[in-house]
Amino acid sequence: MGFSQLKRPALVVGKYAAIVFYLVFALFPLYWLVKIAVTPDRLIYTDGTRLWPSEFTLSNFVAVLFQTDFLSYFSNSLIVSLGTAALTTLFAAGAGYAFSRFDFGGKKLIIAIMLITQMFPLLMIIAPIYKIIAGLGLLNSLTSLIIVYTAFNIPFATFLMQSFFDGIPKDLEEAAMMDGCSRFEALRKVILPLTLPGLGATLGFVFTAAWSELLFALMLISKNDTMTFPVGLLTFVSKFSVDWGQMMAAGVLALIPSCLFFIFIQRYLVQGLTSGAVKG
Amino acid sequence: MARIELKNIAKSYGTVEVLRNIDLDIQDGEFVVLVGPSGCGKSTLLRMIAGLEPITSGAFEIDGKRMNDVRPRDRDIAMVFQSYALYPHMDVARNMGFSMEIRRDAAEMRKSRVAEAGKTLGLSKLLRRLPKELSGGQRQRVAMGRAIIRDPRAFLFDEPLSNLDAALRVEMRLEIARLHQKLKATMIYVTHDQVEALTLADRIVVLDSGDIQQVGSPLDLYERPANKFVAQFIGSPTMNVVPVSAASGGVILADGTFLALPHLDDTGLAVELGIRPEHIDVVDPDADALAAVADVVEHLGSDTNIYALVEGLGPIMVRVHGNIPAKPGDRLGLRIQAPNAHVFSADGRTLQRDMTGAA
Amino acid sequence: MESRAVITRKQNTVERGETRARRSLYWQYVVEPFVYLSPSIILIGAVMLMPLIIGISYSFQSIELLRPFNTGWIGFENYAKLWADRKFWIALENTFWWTFWSITLQFFLGLGLAMLLNTHFFGKKLFQALVFLPWAVPTFLSALTWAWLFNPVIGPLPHWLTALGILSEPYNILGDPDLALWGPIAANVWFGVPFFAITLLAALQSIPGDMYEAAEIDGASAWQTFTKITLPFLAPMIAITVMLRTIWIANFADLIYVMTGGGPANSTQIISSYIFTTAFRRLDFGYASAIAVVLLILLMIYAVILLVIRKKLVKV
Repeated sequence: MGFSQLKRPALVVGKYAAIVFYLVFALFPLYWLVKIAVTPDRLIYTDGTRLWPSEFTLSNFVAVLFQTDFLSYFSNSLIVSLGTAALTTLFAAGAGYAFSRFDFGGKKLIIAIMLITQMFPLLMIIAPIYKIIAGLGLLNSLTSLIIVYTAFNIPFATFLMQSFFDGIPKDLEEAAMMDGCSRFEALRKVILPLTLPGLGATLGFVFTAAWSELLFALMLISKNDTMTFPVGLLTFVSKFSVDWGQMMAAGVLALIPSCLFFIFIQRYLVQGLTSGAVKG
Repeated sequence: MARIELKNIAKSYGTVEVLRNIDLDIQDGEFVVLVGPSGCGKSTLLRMIAGLEPITSGAFEIDGKRMNDVRPRDRDIAMVFQSYALYPHMDVARNMGFSMEIRRDAAEMRKSRVAEAGKTLGLSKLLRRLPKELSGGQRQRVAMGRAIIRDPRAFLFDEPLSNLDAALRVEMRLEIARLHQKLKATMIYVTHDQVEALTLADRIVVLDSGDIQQVGSPLDLYERPANKFVAQFIGSPTMNVVPVSAASGGVILADGTFLALPHLDDTGLAVELGIRPEHIDVVDPDADALAAVADVVEHLGSDTNIYALVEGLGPIMVRVHGNIPAKPGDRLGLRIQAPNAHVFSADGRTLQRDMTGAA
Repeated sequence: MESRAVITRKQNTVERGETRARRSLYWQYVVEPFVYLSPSIILIGAVMLMPLIIGISYSFQSIELLRPFNTGWIGFENYAKLWADRKFWIALENTFWWTFWSITLQFFLGLGLAMLLNTHFFGKKLFQALVFLPWAVPTFLSALTWAWLFNPVIGPLPHWLTALGILSEPYNILGDPDLALWGPIAANVWFGVPFFAITLLAALQSIPGDMYEAAEIDGASAWQTFTKITLPFLAPMIAITVMLRTIWIANFADLIYVMTGGGPANSTQIISSYIFTTAFRRLDFGYASAIAVVLLILLMIYAVILLVIRKKLVKV
């Protein structure tokens, strides 16, 4: 838009109203989560819809951390998400590199299959996967979750990595090969150092996705000591549905790693979401 | 140093043939320029010599040894890329020394070679900089430094000057010529710029749509182009080509003028006449010459370019040495220097100029 | 001296390596890409494609973990049961409304946000980071947060809606069969706006700036600029994003499962949440797979229709 049009006062007011609206819409639910979490339990009813807690406490957090299994859920989720992110990024980097640099028979078919896996209802395979994992005796194991999540995230991560590799001129590898590198050496010494930001972004996206996954974890994990955070929190909610302060404190804790990764991958959001174009 | 031979090389992608019947024997220490319009296959040919592109058929030999299936790293050839392809995460010194790093040469030797190459190319003060901190010309020098540092058997240049501005291009062209004199290495150079080709080459290879059109020294190509394509591609401004009909001992121009070409053996197949702008004289408008009117006049100082409209013949470009006071609308007489004229047959071939040339 | 030695050594390897070299080029052009691809291909094949085929075969079997002796091939019985299942038809209708309202609201709010972010104002970077934050919130947490916001005990929304006169008294709309679906839709819109905003913003920024300058010189008004330049440029991006997003949202069961579990009285059950509850709660894998196959077919029909329409609209 030409800026001359924005000088009209009605438009300026409208613009700032829109800014405030989007900010409140995005942040209010999260603010409310934090607010209840720091309000002492006895004040929840009397405080009602007051926007600011009349008293402030961290006791809910202390209770969640030390009187429940949340630390165990938290570490399980961390293991699963980090494991998934690392494996997925490794495999997707290989596949993305192959897509970006080679022309080979079946390339189009493989890309088409990867695109389709992004579209069919994943819930469709929840029953077969349960049966297969149960048959292998891997129910209630974090390994099975890591394997399943890695497969789910590979297509998207591959397209993301491919877009990063595409951004690196082919000339560089060829120059390295003329300088005496084998293709793999060129990849290791020249291409990978230049893809580090891309690898980081992919790690972040996959971590966030694995951290959020609920339904497959619910299906495959039923024992308390291997529960991931979403499963644990949901079990907690259905068991102790009156302990509002503690539930919300747990929620705030679950938010922290996602937010950290979000800050980290913010710069790559556009690339990530447009290259996969399907991922939420 | 090396002699490079291409024997009946061809290249196709699937069913699309991009190069055919390429035969070329490049002598040790020779500077060969591959020139042609974009899409003629010259870069593909260079990349096949480098080993970056597989050869579909034919034999590629260095010093008599077949190299078709040898990986680029084992061919011992250096290449300067159009984009320079400097490693963005390495400083100038490491960029230049990278090939020695890969070969695990001793660090001190690497250092001294980098310092030496840096001095040759005037980069000594920039060795710690990253490529993004360099100007275009400096990057170009680093790319050349990377090539010379390893003392390869041959150098390949893929349009190395096309990303530079005009002044730098002339400077770097001289630099490359100097480098060739100093190293006396085999060099193969790809460009679409015929000025670069004419100034640098020992021999020029003109390519068009996958075929070699002519191989020869710069002067050869200028004076004795094998066909109409080469005639029009080499030389600036471009050669004028006008339709003619054959006659005994010469040709008849479209306006009916007879042009005697006594030096030509046989003009019987002639359908077109080619004449370079510098081979047309401007004479008095009332003299016995082609009658023309100046359309646009460019005063270059050293030369004057006149775009003239010749009655019954169409537009003809004339280049006159020195500054003449012509202006648009002036009537001119044009006289073709018959000994410098070329005639082409219907299939674009140049008809032989004389008996000695035909032998 | 030393460099000479290096070069001689190299030439030796070349001589010995001629047959190996032939193999190495074959390796480079045919086999090598599959070395990089194979872990991905194997995992996708084993964890997604194979189960997909098994899942389709389940839909023709009776597999109920609670009745293990009742297992066997039953042909189209699951599908016949599905045809007569009132819950399935309710879920189908809910899926339509859920997807339609979610996508519509996400799209328009996302477009507004993208256009806002395409202008300049103070603190834009921080603003962008903050409004995109909901995208990073884990889905189960978005669901819980909104469920709590709608809870009259701890959440403000029922009280505010009452004050606005939309509700007669502050009760939980998630318990009201007529309104419950709006709970998950609200959460979905909150969570999905950033995605649309980001893709549309990327498209907006790809419109060359001199197009706007040319339009301004030609005397176009702001509205004309929007309809004659912005929208036509965005159209292909909008089409592809909406199509993919529709499929994604139709498959997206997490929010509904956490917020309402499909209730009350199946008023929020969509097909994908119905698949999950059938598999997870009732452990009836055969029937769940039959529903899933139907959903897959419906989505495929939708995709084909869209592709045909797109082909007709895009004039090349």
